[in-house]
Amino acid sequence: MQAEPTMWQYRFRNHFKMGILYLVLTIGAFIMLMPFLWMLSTSLKAPNEITMRTIKWIPETFRWENYRTAWNAAPFATYFSNSFVIAITCTIIEVMLSSLAAYAFAKFDFFGKNVLFVLFLGTMMIPGEVMLIPNYLTMVKFGWIDTYYSLIIPWTVSVFSIFLLRQFFMSIPHELYEAAILDGCGRFKYLIKVMLPLSKPALVTVMLFKFIGSWNAFLWVLIMTNTPKMRTVPVGLTYFVSDVGTQYNLLMAASAFAMAPIVVLFLLLQKQFIQGIARSGLKG
Amino acid sequence: MVRIPQKMKSKKYWIDTLWAYIYLLPAFIILGLFNFYPVVKSIYMSFFDWSLLRQEQFFIGFQNYQKLMADNTFRQAIINTSTYVVLYVPLTIGLALFVAVLLNSKIKFRGAYRLAFFIPWITSPVAASMVWRWIYNHHYGLLNMIITSIANNLNTIISFLSFGKFTDVFQFTNINWLMDPKWTIPNIVMIGVWKYMGYNVVIFLAGLQNVPQDIYEAAEVDGATSWQKFWKVTLPLISPTTFFVSIISIIGAFKLFTEIYVLYTGRPGPLNSGMTIVYYVYRMAFERYRMGYASAAAYILFGIIFIFTLIQMSAAKKKVHYSS
Repeated sequence: MQAEPTMWQYRFRNHFKMGILYLVLTIGAFIMLMPFLWMLSTSLKAPNEITMRTIKWIPETFRWENYRTAWNAAPFATYFSNSFVIAITCTIIEVMLSSLAAYAFAKFDFFGKNVLFVLFLGTMMIPGEVMLIPNYLTMVKFGWIDTYYSLIIPWTVSVFSIFLLRQFFMSIPHELYEAAILDGCGRFKYLIKVMLPLSKPALVTVMLFKFIGSWNAFLWVLIMTNTPKMRTVPVGLTYFVSDVGTQYNLLMAASAFAMAPIVVLFLLLQKQFIQGIARSGLKG
Repeated sequence: MVRIPQKMKSKKYWIDTLWAYIYLLPAFIILGLFNFYPVVKSIYMSFFDWSLLRQEQFFIGFQNYQKLMADNTFRQAIINTSTYVVLYVPLTIGLALFVAVLLNSKIKFRGAYRLAFFIPWITSPVAASMVWRWIYNHHYGLLNMIITSIANNLNTIISFLSFGKFTDVFQFTNINWLMDPKWTIPNIVMIGVWKYMGYNVVIFLAGLQNVPQDIYEAAEVDGATSWQKFWKVTLPLISPTTFFVSIISIIGAFKLFTEIYVLYTGRPGPLNSGMTIVYYVYRMAFERYRMGYASAAAYILFGIIFIFTLIQMSAAKKKVHYSS
């Protein structure tokens, strides 16, 4: 028979356990952040500091001018304005179209509703790579290659967003809707004045997802663009490599500013975003 | 005679139908043009010798699929992609669950830790892979320098403890991570786990917080250890979450492309060691302009993903404990 631990033994064990827990988590978190720290460290180094064979986290002098040099070494201003125009337009159109579709699915009882809903959801099972080739041919036919149209229009509907918004809309009491309609409130007015203001958390999630997805998109943009004037930041970055070769301080500076807008946006809105992801995961 | 349901006789029902279609129309047009049509079009194209370099296209039946089966590069793409899936999926799920369980205990700074694990997920895959390309550098890469310094420190400790009897037990010469074909998939697995684990952590954490606390209390009263609580309570109760996370991870892993493209600057790794199915589709369609052949390859990817989803679903029906 094992002896009961005394109060002190118990406390000690508990502290010890918590200590291990914090240690493991801190090491884990450090490993996750290490690539970013190394990127920032390299981006501020002088060329001779990059080619050192020992780890050096803090550069002799912080060479902030690396950022300016990298920025001017390629048309990053164009890439950034393209990325912003595309991501913002995509997000705005998407949230409008998704709200309309989600509203129809959530509140209206209409002919063919289930068939349409299954058809919409079915598209989530198809990998985008299957649609790549016919979509490319469609873009050629429309003459949309190397234009904003090809980078925006096909991405303005996301069934995931429609589904997420529909779930949220359905949680708003239906009595409210019926009462408002009886009082002579139009369907569209109800969406604008009641549903959307009540669904802010879901709308923020949907918009963040779209903005990040749009900003980070790669393969489609790579195929659709063939001149620097239409390239977005990620595609521009892959071309930048061939310009600077092994000047890793400039490459890391460019990587850092390519990540910056999304990281800032995320840090500002992380609570809504993480809640949104958690919610989407629970629906399964 | 077909009985018409009562609601179909009401005027409101048909007005609602009209409005619903108006609201759905824009989304439906976009989905139709860029989702429904291409799915059908690409299966149609996969039966053609369809080249962008000429006007006329030729129907060839199943020949594209037969050629794919005989193509060694495609076989290698399937093997590479499968190796990636087999290594990446269990690792990312196991680690994510481990971290989520740790984060779910009563700790301070949970938000900060969660943020650290999550932040790689939102960063651009291109920029992140660029950073990893630098980390994997043969001479000046962080990874080789870290391994060297760990080996040196261990050698010092062993030498000290053995009074100088054993020196240089660990010999490490820099690995050329990016030029050695056998490291290609492990390199990508490391990036994948680092980049996508945080998403799984967030979802697991949400699942764990949904497990009712009184079940744990009951288990404690019965004298269960933390280990038993994890295997007998936590794991069965979060199995719907695990199911969701594995489907998402497998499907995502089969679409591997960007990391390879950036890490190896527009080439599928040394000796095609990083050739994946999507890379193969990209190469055939947009470097060789063989659209029909590439469509057939894309449809095989679709088939593989679909089969995995079905297997997962039928397995889940037997094993998963749904709480409600």
